[in-house]
Amino acid sequence: MRQITYTKAIQEALAEEMARDETVFLIGEDLTELGGVSGATKGLASRFGTKRVRQTPLSEAAFVGLSVGAAATGLRPVAEIMYVDFVTVCMDQIINQAAKLRFMSGGQLTLPLVIRTQQGGGTCEAAQHSQSIEAWFAHTPGLKVAMPATPADVKGLLKFAIRDPNPVIFLEHKLLYGTKGPVPKEELVIPFGQARVCRKGTDATAVATSMMLHHTLAAAEQVAPEASVEVIDPRTLVPFDMDRLAESVRKTGKLLVVQEACTRGGFGGEIVRRVVEECFGALKAPPRVLGGADAPMPFSAPLEAACLPNAAGIAEAIRALVRG
Amino acid sequence: MKVPRRTLRELLRRMTLIRAFECRARELFEQNRLQGRFLGALHSYEGEEAVAVGVCQALRKDDYVFSTHRGHGHTLAKGAAPRAMMAELLGKATGMSRGRGGSMHMFDPRLGLLGGNGIVGGGLSLALGSAFSAQYRGTDQVTVCFFGDGAACQGVFHESLNLAALWKLPVIYVCENNQYAVTTPVSQTLAISDIGERSAGYGCPGTVVDGMDVLAVYDAATAAVRHARAGKGPVLLECKTYRYCAHCMVIPDRRDTREREAWRETDPIVRFEADLLEQGAITPDELQRLQTEAQQTMEEAVAFAEASPYPDPATAADDVWAEAPGGTA
Repeated sequence: MRQITYTKAIQEALAEEMARDETVFLIGEDLTELGGVSGATKGLASRFGTKRVRQTPLSEAAFVGLSVGAAATGLRPVAEIMYVDFVTVCMDQIINQAAKLRFMSGGQLTLPLVIRTQQGGGTCEAAQHSQSIEAWFAHTPGLKVAMPATPADVKGLLKFAIRDPNPVIFLEHKLLYGTKGPVPKEELVIPFGQARVCRKGTDATAVATSMMLHHTLAAAEQVAPEASVEVIDPRTLVPFDMDRLAESVRKTGKLLVVQEACTRGGFGGEIVRRVVEECFGALKAPPRVLGGADAPMPFSAPLEAACLPNAAGIAEAIRALVRG
Repeated sequence: MKVPRRTLRELLRRMTLIRAFECRARELFEQNRLQGRFLGALHSYEGEEAVAVGVCQALRKDDYVFSTHRGHGHTLAKGAAPRAMMAELLGKATGMSRGRGGSMHMFDPRLGLLGGNGIVGGGLSLALGSAFSAQYRGTDQVTVCFFGDGAACQGVFHESLNLAALWKLPVIYVCENNQYAVTTPVSQTLAISDIGERSAGYGCPGTVVDGMDVLAVYDAATAAVRHARAGKGPVLLECKTYRYCAHCMVIPDRRDTREREAWRETDPIVRFEADLLEQGAITPDELQRLQTEAQQTMEEAVAFAEASPYPDPATAADDVWAEAPGGTA
């Protein structure tokens, strides 16, 4: 199968959906010449015109609010926020408006809206350009949350997100844009709420999304001589494929959740809650969350690395879990 | 502007309806509170009727309106049924938003009503969206976004006006300057006297009108709508007005009595009735009938609301999601 980058996969998804549906438009900062900071929208303005690829002033509150209003009146906006850290300046539009308008209207409004943005550390951009804050969104009823880890997933999930009639927070990872992977040439739409078993195993279940999936897979490979680890990528946090996870935990009896986000209050804790509530009898050891440090991301490279889970640390956690 | 007689009567009828609605809603709120039931905060529109009515009279049914926390007037002026509004106030299943929204969140997309908002300034950026949507789809619908002097101090005001003007979006930003943000007077919140003047900073037209004069509002709104509908971009319309009640039912009114009385002297309904009677556009009998009808409509609305069932508690979390493959939780 052909190999394309994560960025190229996003670009294909956007172009295919724009070609398929005239109500789809892109809106955000630096989208036309630059193609957004990831380069994902490069070339789309010349193909689809600037009517459908709208480069905005630095006004997230305005263009995200615009997207909400446009979604409520018949369009399918795909808004791009340059870094997830910048959502704080348009949080009202996301949390109070996008997530709640359908509900508050008694189901009269429908908001097919996608907000694409990038998360994560690893590029020494310090505390205001490196966060992983998926839990903020997952905690708000009315928002779906996707965290694709591979080029195929980012393409298939983005195409699904654009067709979904609900607001979707689509969290890409800045370290993944340049990564390559197999993506079929044919139509690829991946429904939300379907986890992927990335590696089969019997001794422990490890759950990870986005960049952490790759570190977790590397760790599973490292410990392979000692332990057989099943690695699951839920791909979307909301909706969450609990069935697939429960099936795995019932088989292995052991759970490790790996997240890049700060450990405290993160979505990993939510996954553990569900496993404890629904599969307690199957557990052979206390489930564990291995997350990022409970600190803002430091700038200096060794400090940043110390705040992020890595393959060696994950392997260590797996060994301890399997031993225990 | 020569206004046809039937339009004059319609303006009066709608203002009277809003006044009657607000009086009845206040009674309902107090009755319920005595019985230990809360109906939220309830923000009365009494005194500001000329703004909603004058502006909405200049709109078509398919034009969009974003309302505020003080939204009953806008909702009635855009054509919503009092009975569905009253039922929503009581949290009934027959309410405009099926009991999910309450006083601040009344929606009816079929009438272009895209809801009130519990966030001051919450509609400012959303209004860009329906205006953008109309421009994108190539219709000539316009959007009206009501907001207050309080919201004019929110940062999103700046972002929204700039983007609306930059992209020539068909939106009319109607500032209802009722002189107070909760309890803080405009003298303590604004460095300039007219919010309408700010339009110069965005390169769009701005107008300041007497918001207690329904014809002045209607006239200015008609011009603003014509401008926006012609594709010339947004207009900022400031209407100087006054709310007769405190910010809401749960906050005491500490405003100066003389100030309150002075504004009541300019009451938009009393003033307009006198004008119409003097012009012979309405007879005393017709005026009486119009007032009686408004009262009857409200009694009927309250009866309907009170007789309506509450929503089934089992449906409390319905409507969070639109149906999609893959599930939602």
